[in-house]
Amino acid sequence: MSEDDQTPAAQPGAEAGREPARPHRVIGTPPPAVARSMLGGGPETSGASGPRTLLDTGDGGGHGGPRREIEPADPAKAKRAERAVAALFILSMLASIGFIAAYIGLPAGSVTRVFHSNLALGSAMTVAFLAVGAGAVIWVRRLMPNVEVTEARHPLASSRQDRQAFQETFVEGAEQSQFIKRPIIRRTLIAATVPLAIAPIVLLRDMGPLPHGLLRYTVWKKGTRLLIYGPNRPIKPEEFDTPGSLITVVPEGYQDNLNALAKATAIIIKFFPGQLQPPTNLSWCVQDIVCYSKICTHVGCPAALYEQTTHKILCPCHQSTFDAPRGAQVLFGPAPRPLPQLPLAVDSEGYLVADGDFTEPVGPSFWERG
Amino acid sequence: MSTQDEQSATEKALTATGGWFDDRLHGAQIFRKWFRKVFPDHWTFLLGEIALYSFIILLLTGTFLTLFFKPSMTDVVYHGTYTKLDGVRMSEAYASTLNISFDVRGGLLMRQIHHWAADLFMAAIFAHMLRIFVTGAYRKPREVNWLIGITMLVLGMLEGLFGYSLPDDLLSGTGLRILEGVILSIPVIGTYTSFFLFGGQFPGNDIIPRLYIIHVLLIPALILGLVTAHLLIMWHQKHTQMPGKARTDQNVIGQPFYPYFMAKTGAWFFFIFGVLALLSTIAQINPIWLYGPYTPASISAGSQPDFYMGFLEGTLRVFPSWTWDVGGHTVAWNVLIPALVPLGIFFTGAALWPFIEQWATGDRSEHHVNDRPRNGPTRTAIAVAAIAFYLIFLLEGANDLIADFLHIPLYTVTWIARFAVFLGPAIAYVVTKRICLGLQRKDRELLHHGLETGIIRQLPTGEFIEVHRPVSEDKRAVLLSNKEPLPLPGGTVDENGVPAPATRGLSGRLRATANRVLSEKVPVNGGNGHGPDGEHGDETERTAITAGHEEDAIAPPDES
Repeated sequence: MSEDDQTPAAQPGAEAGREPARPHRVIGTPPPAVARSMLGGGPETSGASGPRTLLDTGDGGGHGGPRREIEPADPAKAKRAERAVAALFILSMLASIGFIAAYIGLPAGSVTRVFHSNLALGSAMTVAFLAVGAGAVIWVRRLMPNVEVTEARHPLASSRQDRQAFQETFVEGAEQSQFIKRPIIRRTLIAATVPLAIAPIVLLRDMGPLPHGLLRYTVWKKGTRLLIYGPNRPIKPEEFDTPGSLITVVPEGYQDNLNALAKATAIIIKFFPGQLQPPTNLSWCVQDIVCYSKICTHVGCPAALYEQTTHKILCPCHQSTFDAPRGAQVLFGPAPRPLPQLPLAVDSEGYLVADGDFTEPVGPSFWERG
Repeated sequence: MSTQDEQSATEKALTATGGWFDDRLHGAQIFRKWFRKVFPDHWTFLLGEIALYSFIILLLTGTFLTLFFKPSMTDVVYHGTYTKLDGVRMSEAYASTLNISFDVRGGLLMRQIHHWAADLFMAAIFAHMLRIFVTGAYRKPREVNWLIGITMLVLGMLEGLFGYSLPDDLLSGTGLRILEGVILSIPVIGTYTSFFLFGGQFPGNDIIPRLYIIHVLLIPALILGLVTAHLLIMWHQKHTQMPGKARTDQNVIGQPFYPYFMAKTGAWFFFIFGVLALLSTIAQINPIWLYGPYTPASISAGSQPDFYMGFLEGTLRVFPSWTWDVGGHTVAWNVLIPALVPLGIFFTGAALWPFIEQWATGDRSEHHVNDRPRNGPTRTAIAVAAIAFYLIFLLEGANDLIADFLHIPLYTVTWIARFAVFLGPAIAYVVTKRICLGLQRKDRELLHHGLETGIIRQLPTGEFIEVHRPVSEDKRAVLLSNKEPLPLPGGTVDENGVPAPATRGLSGRLRATANRVLSEKVPVNGGNGHGPDGEHGDETERTAITAGHEEDAIAPPDES
């Protein structure tokens, strides 16, 4: 640093870099030809294809050290490299123009058109970027001389004097501030900042309502019809001519209410007589039709896969497996509880209805569940 | 006009511009110094740059996406270009994502680049972190940057999770549902946290706009700040270098920032952007129109998150269904442990490791020359064990696909994973350590006996020997970088074999054990009975080294 202090910074309009010994030139400028010729070390030993030039620049990147050789050793090779770089840059330019042309020429607005547009825009963009990258690499490797520079490192720790001086400054400042001397200021400042820090947290309170046991209940009530999810029509027990597949049902009136569906979605499965066994609550079944919550007791994914031959309900997220004819008990996986069973009944028109809400909270565990 | 005149005209222009700024900002001296800053080369040093440039590409493409995306959960009925979803009820967020994909020119490309860049960002961070770890580049004085890096990894995971949740498609909504389940499992505050985050019951109408502002402002700003700090610290401390000729802890050898590093790293940025554009052109990613809008009643099989969340998916799948019901409260160990513990071990272990190593080795000195991975066998073994740990969970996160693909029963896959998470890392540790020590032995042999040339020569006595050629100067410097470990300050035993005071007690014994494990290596200059003999003959004298007569072998001179 002290060395640099003797070096005046470049002045506007000054003949920067004309003096050979001192690096007066302005940042970003190439070294002037005169300086180069006087300082260049061993023009024969280095070059783009030659061995690396080893130069010790001393401290901080070599102030006033020997100048590196600039010109490549083999002008013919360099010329070829130059042409390759320029060709790649032109290719990139053409690709960018192609990108703009594709943007203007290929409208979006249908799936096929979008895929064509994506192909054209993406290809043009790929070429535009890769060509610049490839050109720059050839430029560095074939045209710039292959130099190797050594820079000294110094221990990162400051000298003892510097540390001592800092400590003194710090203590002096602390004393000037009277922070140590006047504890009442210190303590009241801390007392002031604590509630100041808590206040913003309190502000977050209105981000949502309190739970109020809402997770314990769903919208199912005595007499709520079961709608087949999708077509959203009610279903009669007689419509199941053969036992088999799993049907997703939702409470009537809530088929588009995602908050309600997040807890109330259920599944019904029809069995052959005698297949359903305890711990299934048989009195909650209608004509061998059983209804379970679809919300997995692990982390709440819909348990939607059903293996008809083995009567297993599988949650596709984490593979909790439930035994459909035996109260949806857990056969495998991370779910801790069976899927809750919904009591079923038939209303006056013969449609399947709920005979009340689930008798336990559905879905994943939560602290207040108990 | 001659070349010289042109140059001086350019120079004049630059002098004027540079001078204008220097008059006001006084930059000539410091910029000159910075331009000459030396950057060492090694291909692994490019990994961190991939992460940096992916992040810049994420900022660029993400800004474009915000011009069209509507972070709203308002119900709309879709009547747009994608006719298969015509008349379907969906959130405005999902509808606007369809709009970006099908009606905004280049929108699909930008969306896909954004998604690919996010995956590349995380992959590059993992690879960069692994490089730093196995080469010991986190050692003093770089512990701060190591911790910043881990923080960015965690932030990157969250940023990715929140980002892919925004389109509100069936896959991402399921991810949010799982997030809700995980939050609910937190004892005492879980239910409240969930209600506050979602603005009431799941899914509510608030989560997308809230995740949006976190995703586009909060976390990017934090990452940007940390990236800046990461780079400034790296710049200030000067980059580490791999071992080689003349490379010491007191110097840094490489090419100057200007123009070499600037041009190379600029090219690298263009390559990364180009490759991401290529991927987004030919490899579809996250086709949300195929998934449909989110509803809590539906799901598709084979639901997997992006790879950087796959680890958590695996932990959730593998863990058994342990739950406590105590005193009217439920503790969902089955969710809580897999969500927190494995990742906690990973991140906490990584964050503490530099300090554990310092404590165990007693090494408080600065390190600027990296270790070759083989020369820190315990460290490399731990890294490979961590990779095994991570990969097993990642694969278990796709257990359904594996079962389907390999025709193994699903539960068998999970049972294998349950044992493999313990056995896999242990085996990986032992095997890696053996391999590293074996490579060190090989290095030592190479150093002392040279390369086998395949030339057999008959000596006048009738004996046949193979001619060995000494390794090159560069290679020798690399081989010699395997230094003997420093003894613990105070030693482990005194001259009478009595344990030193520092190694008594629980923490002392622990430290001595850790030191022994970490010091296990095959140093090039010791322990083989024929260390360097100070022979300084010229190259021709050393060209014919005989095998079969170890005592005749001419060892290379010791560098120190």
